[in-house]
Amino acid sequence: MLALNNIEVIYDGIILVLKGASLNVREGGITTLLGANGAGKSTTLKAISGLLRSERGEVTKGSIEFHGERVDRLPPHEIVRRGIVQVFEGRRVFEHLTAEENLIAGAHVVSDVRRVREGIERVYEYFPRLKERRAVQAGYLSGGEQQMLVIGRALMSRPRVMLLDEPSLGLAPMLVEEIFGIVQRLNREEELTVLLVEQNATLALTIAEHGYVMENGRIVLEGSADALRENADIKEFYLGLTEVGARKSYRDVKHYKRRKRWLS
Amino acid sequence: MVDWQFFALLLSNGVLIGLMYSLIALGFVLVYKATDAINFAQGEFVMIAGFLVAVALGAYGAPLWLAVALALAVMIAFGFGLERVMLRPLIGRPIVAVIMATIGLAAILRGFGPLMWGAETKPLPLPIPDEPIVWGPFFIPPIQLLGAGVSLLFLAIFGWFFLRSRQGIAMRAVADSQQVAMAMGVNVERYFALAWAMTGIVSALGGLIWGNLLGVDVHLALVGFKVFPVVILGGLDSIPGAIIGGLIVGIVENVAAGYIDPWVGGGTKDFAPYVLMILALMIRPYGIFGKQIIERV
Ligand SMILES: Nc1ncnc2c1ncn2[C@@H]1O[C@H](COP(=O)(O)OP(=O)(O)OP(=O)(O)O)[C@@H](O)[C@H]1O
Ligand SMILES: [Mg+2]
Repeated sequence: MLALNNIEVIYDGIILVLKGASLNVREGGITTLLGANGAGKSTTLKAISGLLRSERGEVTKGSIEFHGERVDRLPPHEIVRRGIVQVFEGRRVFEHLTAEENLIAGAHVVSDVRRVREGIERVYEYFPRLKERRAVQAGYLSGGEQQMLVIGRALMSRPRVMLLDEPSLGLAPMLVEEIFGIVQRLNREEELTVLLVEQNATLALTIAEHGYVMENGRIVLEGSADALRENADIKEFYLGLTEVGARKSYRDVKHYKRRKRWLS
Repeated sequence: MVDWQFFALLLSNGVLIGLMYSLIALGFVLVYKATDAINFAQGEFVMIAGFLVAVALGAYGAPLWLAVALALAVMIAFGFGLERVMLRPLIGRPIVAVIMATIGLAAILRGFGPLMWGAETKPLPLPIPDEPIVWGPFFIPPIQLLGAGVSLLFLAIFGWFFLRSRQGIAMRAVADSQQVAMAMGVNVERYFALAWAMTGIVSALGGLIWGNLLGVDVHLALVGFKVFPVVILGGLDSIPGAIIGGLIVGIVENVAAGYIDPWVGGGTKDFAPYVLMILALMIRPYGIFGKQIIERV
């Protein structure tokens, strides 16, 4: 349903970050995009959501299609109206708004007030803790609550596709599991298609059906989650299991050292 | 020689004038809150609106309602147009660029007003009595009462808008993070334009009231200078702050003028608020109600 065809992204007119990346997000599924720091994962999501332009980035080659329509020239609010919403990495709540006001702001493209109220109740069903904290300024919520809030806020626009950028970042393992569980429920119960960017490959591959590995602005590996889990390179570099005699690297050993930092 | 009657008079005057400052400061706050732009032309907006009403009334003999409607319409259109033509290209540029642009705009407007409509001071008559209302120790000119009433009304309307309406929430979201607001489907530029249009409304009302009080000529723009102490005291992005800041400035300048002017021969009104502003900057730089940077520990 959502397809990136060979896209190239340039920041500031000179910094080439995506060098011809292609990927396919299956309707109704969870697709994951894995990769090391600086590989270009967030850039990929911003290219889809149209938010690149706010960082002086541009899709210079290739195309992005959603249900057969080219969307790579559309402004962000048009993308949201078409049903694609991005959740940024780093839990970017509207700090000075209350939790509930954050949700209301998330429903900006929904004009019917009744549906906004329904949406809020739906978010509270998935995240009961947010209901308790509804009147608190979002800047004062805990990290976990903020992550729940940004996911809930994104749900408020009634998306078909959610682009989820590193929801596990900086959260305790228990909380990460809880949030991943909820993402999985949203996927099943709300038929929400998810494109999940993660550093935590182990966890991402347990809820995703399909995955891509990005390195240096290119997709270097693609396959079903099962296949990726069994792949020797993934095991070595992304899951932290070393097999004796496994092929050494996609690039070089330096990369390997860099990756080790975020093994989990 | 503490004369409490004299003091009460200064105080009541200060409160009413202060609320009228609040109204103009509100224009400044709306724009700063939503777009992060510092509008140094706020006083000039008021002046242009004053010219519009005075000329429509005087030169064209329009009825008051029409003159006011015209000023509102023109100032709203001006706000929208300004955002489109001057401010949108400056989005993402250093804040200094916007400041310089509004300072330039202020100078242009100060030239444009008299050029277009003549330099002489024009009256802006309103159908209200001149006789002060005497009530106990208070001595209240009706125009001040009207000005304070209009100010309170619009402060309440805009306050409600920001706190309760969905558009107001979206506008505060834009103020918190433009990029995240965009990701939620907010058309950020449209909200910038809306903020400037709201400033247009506030300026039109300010022009009406202050134009009546001071007469309309290029000096009307000087009321804009009262905006800075008001918003520094209250907080650049706070509507309650604009009210409180306005009250403080109004009271302080009136009381200071009442007690100090006889000794120094006048002028206290103009500098007392600035002394206060500088003190405030040293003690509480984000103002009484200003947005604080939230840091969780
Ligand atoms: N606004 C920008 N301007 C210039 N360069 C940028 C910009 N944003 C990202 N980059 C560069 O693009 C590259 C990819 O960044 P991106 O944020 O997409 O990586 P990522 O895969 O999401 O990494 P991480 O896992 O650390 O979030 C990096 O080298 C980064 O420095
Ligand atoms: Mg990233």
